[in-house]
Amino acid sequence: MRIVIAEDSVLLRAGLIKLLETSGFEVAAAVGDADALLAAVREHRPDAAIVDVRMPPGFTDEGVRAALVMRRESPEVAVLLLSQYVEERYAADLLSTNTSGVGYLLKDRVADVAAFLDALRRVAAGGTALDPEVVSQLLLRRNRGPLDRLTPREREVLGLMAEGRSNAGIAAALVVSESAVAKHINSIFAKLDLPHAEGDHRRVLAVLHFLGGDT
Amino acid sequence: MAPRHLWQYGSFMASISPVRHAFAHAPWSRAAWRDTVFAVSGVPLQFAGWTILGLPWTLWTPVNVTPILFLTGCTIVLALLVMVPLTSAQRERFWAMLGLDVPPLPGLEGRRWWNTPRDLRVPGLWRVLRYHLLIGPMLAFGGLLTCATWAAGVLLAGIGTYAWALPDTSVFSLSTHAIRIGLLTALGVLLLLAAPWVAAATRNLDARAALALLGPDRAEELERRVEDLAEKRASVVDAADLERRRIERDLHDGAQQRLVSMAMNLGLARETLTGVPDEAMRVIVEAHEEAKEALTELRNLVRGLHPAVLEDRGLDAALSGVAARVPVPVRLSVRVEPRASSTVEAVAYFVVSETLTNIVKHARATAVDVEVARTGDVLGLKVVDDGVGGADPAGGTGLLGLARRVRSVDGTFRIASPAGGPTTVTVELPCAL
Repeated sequence: MRIVIAEDSVLLRAGLIKLLETSGFEVAAAVGDADALLAAVREHRPDAAIVDVRMPPGFTDEGVRAALVMRRESPEVAVLLLSQYVEERYAADLLSTNTSGVGYLLKDRVADVAAFLDALRRVAAGGTALDPEVVSQLLLRRNRGPLDRLTPREREVLGLMAEGRSNAGIAAALVVSESAVAKHINSIFAKLDLPHAEGDHRRVLAVLHFLGGDT
Repeated sequence: MAPRHLWQYGSFMASISPVRHAFAHAPWSRAAWRDTVFAVSGVPLQFAGWTILGLPWTLWTPVNVTPILFLTGCTIVLALLVMVPLTSAQRERFWAMLGLDVPPLPGLEGRRWWNTPRDLRVPGLWRVLRYHLLIGPMLAFGGLLTCATWAAGVLLAGIGTYAWALPDTSVFSLSTHAIRIGLLTALGVLLLLAAPWVAAATRNLDARAALALLGPDRAEELERRVEDLAEKRASVVDAADLERRRIERDLHDGAQQRLVSMAMNLGLARETLTGVPDEAMRVIVEAHEEAKEALTELRNLVRGLHPAVLEDRGLDAALSGVAARVPVPVRLSVRVEPRASSTVEAVAYFVVSETLTNIVKHARATAVDVEVARTGDVLGLKVVDDGVGGADPAGGTGLLGLARRVRSVDGTFRIASPAGGPTTVTVELPCAL
């Protein structure tokens, strides 16, 4: 799998390259700012790009802006945003376009190598990976009405779904059976009036659409 | 010499006993000579105003109306022209001889002659004219009187010697006029003793007049000072804000990246190393977990300093992030249109995030309501929780620090927290600093 990295910290860039290459990924390019990222993506057409949110010249949200441009220009390239802080507003921006092949994680998550690589693969395969912190922020911002109808357990399941996890992943995280998870999910969809969707990924999209949507 | 002001003279006078007071003004004292030199040195300067104004009239005394009007006009222009150099000369005199700093009148100092017409608009100009043309000449008479007193004193006190030196046959001999000469000598001594007081009085009046008429008006001065202080404080607050941002940036670029990198390497080691002794693996695992915890702690600390999203997307975005991190359900409503200055935004952010931290620590609340709204030029914040109440601003440093930071931008901070709750924190911040 071919990856482009955009990260302005030289140390971390080198670390990410090492991490990815030891784990069997191919790093097509590693750059330090948003413009170079867009150029590298156009040139190399990678499967996914790992993008730091805060980059030169402004050191605010250059990565988010670049990701939005990439979504428009080359929607087939998955984007995994990394940031020292996750901000619900940036997540809302990302999810407002197209939720497939998008990830937004705290930078700290790279420390958990296996989970991080799993998230990267999921995003590259067109899935989603949202940081639990983002999800809790999204759940908070969302109009409380329909969410108040969920049981605590169902809210937990909804959160894990929003992170982009599959039924199996949710079952493993909650230490319950997959069929129990499926039952919770059906109940959530009924309570939130979401259109019934088959398959892990389409369900995630429905949830994200629900959370990211206005009001 | 440090600048001294008039009130310091007053307290100086009051603090010493009458005897020492008298000695302080003895004819041989340093103060007596200083005052005398000062009073006399004022004479030419204080007569200079009228002398210069009178000069054209002595050179040419017209009799017809038109030349008289013309000359009057010239005199007025001349008066305005000489006010600036005369005033600075006087200020120099006060500073050099008394160490008394007469503050410059803003707008008059540093003027060139072609600016003169604009000087008419300087509010203190008429006071300056009054000093140079009215009070000054009177004080010059004080200087002359000082001179005269000294001279008469010396002459009369020395009259005995003069009479003694005369031959006995002369009309004015010591033997024939002993009583008269004795009285005159006594008068001379009295005049010598009085001369320093005349000089001191002249000096004192001159200093008062100069401070009142040459310097800025007291009310104006205070007004200026308030403006000056407000400006300085604003820049201090801005600088502190800037400093917080710099620290945040430094930590973000430095320590955080290093820690992430370290945690990643430890994570990689944990995943990939095989055949490591259990003991060594346990150390790696511990180090990995600790690195992750350090990252979380550092992240929370740094975000409290100044979140980048605040600059970028404003209060709503930054506060929704804060609210989401709090374990208590928070209802957040932010209506700030247009955005306030970055300093005010930073204070508002700090107030809400600190208040939420306090609530989590102490209030045992189950719900919090945060309302941020801008009405005109006022940014109002209101945080209400349903906790146990009893928060006392005097009790901890947290609330005090909040109130202080609010006051630093001229805001108001109120807290109502009856025992049993609810607690309401209300803050108003002026948006225009």
